[in-house]
Amino acid sequence: MAEAIKVPTMAEYMAEGKKPEVLFWVGCAGSFDDRAKKITKAFVKILSNAGVDYAVLGTEEGCTGDPAKRAGNEFLFQMQAAQNIEVLNGYEIEKIVTACPHCFNTIKNEYPELGGNYKVMHHTQFLKSLLEEGKLKVEGGKFKGKRITFHDPCYLGRANNEYEAPRDLLRKLEVELVEMKNCKKKGLCCGAGGGQMFKEPEPGNKDVNVLRTEQAMETKPDMIAAGCPFCNTMMTDGVKSKNKEGEIEVMDVAEMIAQADEL
Amino acid sequence: MALLGQILFVIALVFGFGFFARNVKKLVRNIRLGKEIDRNDKPKERFANMARVALGQSKMVKRPIAGFLHIVVYVGFVIINIEVLEIIIDGIFGTHRIFSFLGTTYDVLIGSFEVLAFLVFLGVVIFWIRRNVVRIKRFWANEMTGWPKNDANNILYFEMILMVFFLLMNAADFQLQTLGADHYASEAGIVGSFPISQFLVPLIDGLSISTLIIVERTAWWLHILGILFFLNYLYYSKHLHILLAFPNTYYAKLKPQGEFDNLEAVKKEVELMMDPNADPFAAPDASAEAEEPEKFGASDVQDLNWVQLLNSYTCTECGRCTSECPANQTGKKLSPRKIMMDTRDRLEEVGVNIDTNKGEFKEDGKQLLNDYITKEELWACTTCNACVEACPIGIDPLSIILEMRRYLVMEESAAPNELNIAMGNIENNGAPWPYNQMDRLNWAEEK
Repeated sequence: MAEAIKVPTMAEYMAEGKKPEVLFWVGCAGSFDDRAKKITKAFVKILSNAGVDYAVLGTEEGCTGDPAKRAGNEFLFQMQAAQNIEVLNGYEIEKIVTACPHCFNTIKNEYPELGGNYKVMHHTQFLKSLLEEGKLKVEGGKFKGKRITFHDPCYLGRANNEYEAPRDLLRKLEVELVEMKNCKKKGLCCGAGGGQMFKEPEPGNKDVNVLRTEQAMETKPDMIAAGCPFCNTMMTDGVKSKNKEGEIEVMDVAEMIAQADEL
Repeated sequence: MALLGQILFVIALVFGFGFFARNVKKLVRNIRLGKEIDRNDKPKERFANMARVALGQSKMVKRPIAGFLHIVVYVGFVIINIEVLEIIIDGIFGTHRIFSFLGTTYDVLIGSFEVLAFLVFLGVVIFWIRRNVVRIKRFWANEMTGWPKNDANNILYFEMILMVFFLLMNAADFQLQTLGADHYASEAGIVGSFPISQFLVPLIDGLSISTLIIVERTAWWLHILGILFFLNYLYYSKHLHILLAFPNTYYAKLKPQGEFDNLEAVKKEVELMMDPNADPFAAPDASAEAEEPEKFGASDVQDLNWVQLLNSYTCTECGRCTSECPANQTGKKLSPRKIMMDTRDRLEEVGVNIDTNKGEFKEDGKQLLNDYITKEELWACTTCNACVEACPIGIDPLSIILEMRRYLVMEESAAPNELNIAMGNIENNGAPWPYNQMDRLNWAEEK
């Protein structure tokens, strides 16, 4: 995973008078958070390896407004939405893929009414479609036979009823997929949603991410697979709080595919 | 004498149903205190949802034991109530088992009512044991003290008593028919079949016909009066769900759970801000000035929409939402069930206020926010939708939490400080963290 990949921007495409097939919406975590940037890079490697015609907005992208909306700041949300929709519509974007379920949910469900209509896919859905089109080959490789549990992101699962795309990809990696007692529709939140990522939790007897990590650890996994940069952070912290960081790795499904394919 | 009974019966019926109608009127009035929201779209999908979730109990069985027992009680109650129709006709006209002309069909009906009554009794006893002996955690949460706790048990006692009277009535009736008592005996022989109550006959064996008649009449009266009482108990109880589960599932949100509504009032303001041609110095048009500026979010029940208020009356306080809530499971104060109970309690209080002040709400210095629901509860929510998913009858506590957060943030600027910082960052540099917008693509250069 040495050489940096040239990531095309929409502005560059525009300058050449071209339009990419799909826009990769990176999101704030994917752009700035050190852990999440690894997911971004892994995903970009898969895209370029599969020959996907994509571009990013780069400096023209801004927060979708999800944390603001869910914290109750509808003004800020709609301002962010309006700015983003103006940019997206300016580039005549039709299809968007993102590795963040919060961006995915917001753009897919809440932007249309504000004038932003796009086909929006979560990166696991997109990777699955690449697989089906034969553009992507996924083989077990280093993950074959590993015991892995998948943590459902609320905004991919319950919020949008997508439970199978990430699991299908994991099955392709020939892992031993084990489910937590709370999974899919009954999945327990990692504790980051609704703006919680950016504040201290209210007083209680445990942190939500620790409880979720305990549930994951009950399955005795080699790894915890995630599909959301915030869940990833929360679960990584949870594993650390249990002093298991040397034993249980938390990885995004895209990272696993990139590694399995030795990208 | 018989005529007196008939007259008393009609009076009881009129009072029972009259009082119930009054309660329904009050219920509808209170629900209509909520804001308008259009939930009349896609009637087909809505009917299907109601059929599946309310009629079909599809979400009840997600917890198989409670779900199975609930179906027994639910089916039992609905079907046994067919018998009430006969009781009412018999009561008004002084007849005896008016539907007995149905012959074998009648025997099958009465027989199956008896079996169901027995199963309902059994189910309710198990419910009582789960609640009071096994002490299932969700029934013993903080908000389940006082009235909510008593209410839950009252309902179970009621149902037990109703079923006992129903079976006792049949037992006495069976015995009277066997003894050939006047008015009871029929030329067709024994009408109805009594697979369960026959076992109660030994209890009343040897009683004279006149005593038996007293037993039968007492059980008959208490059964029907019990039903009328129960009907009127509903309004004061969590048991309203037996009626409201149907409209509640019909009017439930059909959109993806993750989709939160975009506030209309904000939309207009943002459009104005984004419009390069808007004149910021333009005089506001006269009609707009007369209007009260819209309040953002909810601090009291009147700020919620009517579906949210309907939700609060429909809540059965089963606590499945709370037991699935990540905040509650980790010891935070938030309990989605309490959000619903508080909303209903406050709405009731507002309703009583309106009643005592001749149809006009008089400011009482209280509101849903702080007096019922604290900020600490509201800020503990992760918006994960587990409560919404868990509810067996389509209640959405999350929408109320969000509406109240909107009030806190947009009317009171009362968000926790760290959230204010994150929101300030979003406003200034397009990300919740203080990174420069211009650095957004730096990751592409990094190895």
